[in-house]
Amino acid sequence: MAESLTQKDVEEIARLARLELSPDEVESLRTELTAILEHMAVLQALDTEGVEPMTHAVPMHLRLRPDNVGPSLSVDQALGDAPDRADEYFQVPNIIKTNVGE
Amino acid sequence: MAVSETDLIYLSAAEQARRVRAGEVSSRQLTEAYLARIADMDGEIGAYVTIEGDRALARADHIDAALAGANGHPDQLGPLAGVPIALKDILVTEGIKTTAASAILADWIPPYDGTVVSRLSRAGAVLLGKLNLDEFAMGSSTENSAIKTCRNPWDRSRVPGGSSGGSAAAVVSFQCAASLGTDTGGSIRQPSAFCGIVGLKPTYGLVSRYGVIAFASSLDQVGPMARTVEDVALLLEVIAGFDPHDSTSIDRPVPRYRDALGRGVSGLTIGLPDEYFAGGVDAEVARAVEAAIATYQTLGAKTVPVSLPHTKYALPTYYLVAPAEASSNLARFDGVRYGLRRSETDDSQKVGLFDMYCKTRGAGFGPEVKRRIMLGTFALRSGYYDAYYLKAQQVRTLIRRDFERAFETVDLLLAPTTPTPAFAVGEKMANPLDMYLADIFTLSCNLAGLPGMNVPCGFTESGLPIGMQLLGKPLGEETMLAAAAAFEREIGAIGAGGVPTRRPPEVSS
Repeated sequence: MAESLTQKDVEEIARLARLELSPDEVESLRTELTAILEHMAVLQALDTEGVEPMTHAVPMHLRLRPDNVGPSLSVDQALGDAPDRADEYFQVPNIIKTNVGE
Repeated sequence: MAVSETDLIYLSAAEQARRVRAGEVSSRQLTEAYLARIADMDGEIGAYVTIEGDRALARADHIDAALAGANGHPDQLGPLAGVPIALKDILVTEGIKTTAASAILADWIPPYDGTVVSRLSRAGAVLLGKLNLDEFAMGSSTENSAIKTCRNPWDRSRVPGGSSGGSAAAVVSFQCAASLGTDTGGSIRQPSAFCGIVGLKPTYGLVSRYGVIAFASSLDQVGPMARTVEDVALLLEVIAGFDPHDSTSIDRPVPRYRDALGRGVSGLTIGLPDEYFAGGVDAEVARAVEAAIATYQTLGAKTVPVSLPHTKYALPTYYLVAPAEASSNLARFDGVRYGLRRSETDDSQKVGLFDMYCKTRGAGFGPEVKRRIMLGTFALRSGYYDAYYLKAQQVRTLIRRDFERAFETVDLLLAPTTPTPAFAVGEKMANPLDMYLADIFTLSCNLAGLPGMNVPCGFTESGLPIGMQLLGKPLGEETMLAAAAAFEREIGAIGAGGVPTRRPPEVSS
């Protein structure tokens, strides 16, 4: 389970996580994450065959609620802290052109 | 007890509430006393990231007027009427900046109150301001705050613990009557131990997470932090209970926790988990916890050794589960709807959407948050999911079973809260794993969803607080609080008016 991460691995994870990292950050994360993952190798030695994974701290089922209209934020409240808006919308940078080949 | 105007700040929250209701003191007097204290003290401590003086005074006047109007019926006001409190800055407050101590939210003003905030408000509390923390509650020292360093009031060269370090520091240095923190892997209990206060992490689902900036949703809980067990019980009564806005909220009536405080521990069986006493614990911490065990025996509790064999797996399990959930939760900080946006290159060229995400998040998140997002993204990545994330969730089941087995024969577990007292500022910043180990005794409780609390149980020779941890059965808060209260009474930690008998040094002039 112990993984020695390469620079390329770190850059790929950063891309998946949408994080721009400096070359220094890539290098320090590479060594730190490798050390942390080494520490986790101890889990691999543990037999968990047939053990139910625990996703929640308390057993629960999904609760349904009546589909009623209730109070909600106004458009102006919702857009109040937006970095950029256009009329009643969040404004974002150009999507199509720069993402060709993504 | 004659108390001068300035001494009001030392009283417990329960005592302050009693005096306000009795008309012996006004909420304005209390609020002014705390604002004066903050002005004197917080330059040295760094507990507050936002102080809302004018708003607090207006609110205090409102409570005082309501009290005058409730002539003869002060009980119509909430149980915290007029009491000045402050909140960890990860709890969302309408109209008041909420930063999570992150540059990515530096100027965010939320349009709504979280459930715990509106419940405190309904109970009549006055909000003084917002308190420092590790960025997005990720850390054990509050050094990961992007805003400022927070210091331990007992020794200002040391950390207050974290991530709710601002809450612990403000409470113990009498800069608010009480506070709320959040606890994902020890973030209430560990700073409470480092600062010598009482802090309780409730059973998962007991307190609503609506309006709490999410770190790891299956682990996060909000809980009270205060100077006395009674105050913790009082605050828990106010914030606990079903909330339709949180899909994991438990639908069950909330007990009056204060009624449990006099029950004592006679007849209780307290388990002492071997794994929490086996080496690596500072000698002074071990001694203080041993003394607490002897005290419980004197009080009529039976103590028995128990084993939680999967304890050593808690740290790796936690650091897969929590970062995985964090990487998903923190995806919302993308520069679109609120918070920071970076949409230009260094030479002012406009970038497209994908690069805007990356630049915003690269500039907005600090080193520890990036580390955890990276770790979580790695653990959830296709091809690695089974070996890491799924494996950790299976081990989580084994950790929970350890507790289930132990609780078949014991009512409570007792252990040190932390392996050491507060460490020095800067001591563990160079090595992330070293920092993670500061939470080694508090992680399992969150993984299993149990309630846990820190109870101050002594001091080192150099005057640093030591804490013991009580862990309860699911929804076992009453037993835990009863045991904490019995201990607090027995050692005489709290004097008349709810004033702690030992206090940190005052402002150095």
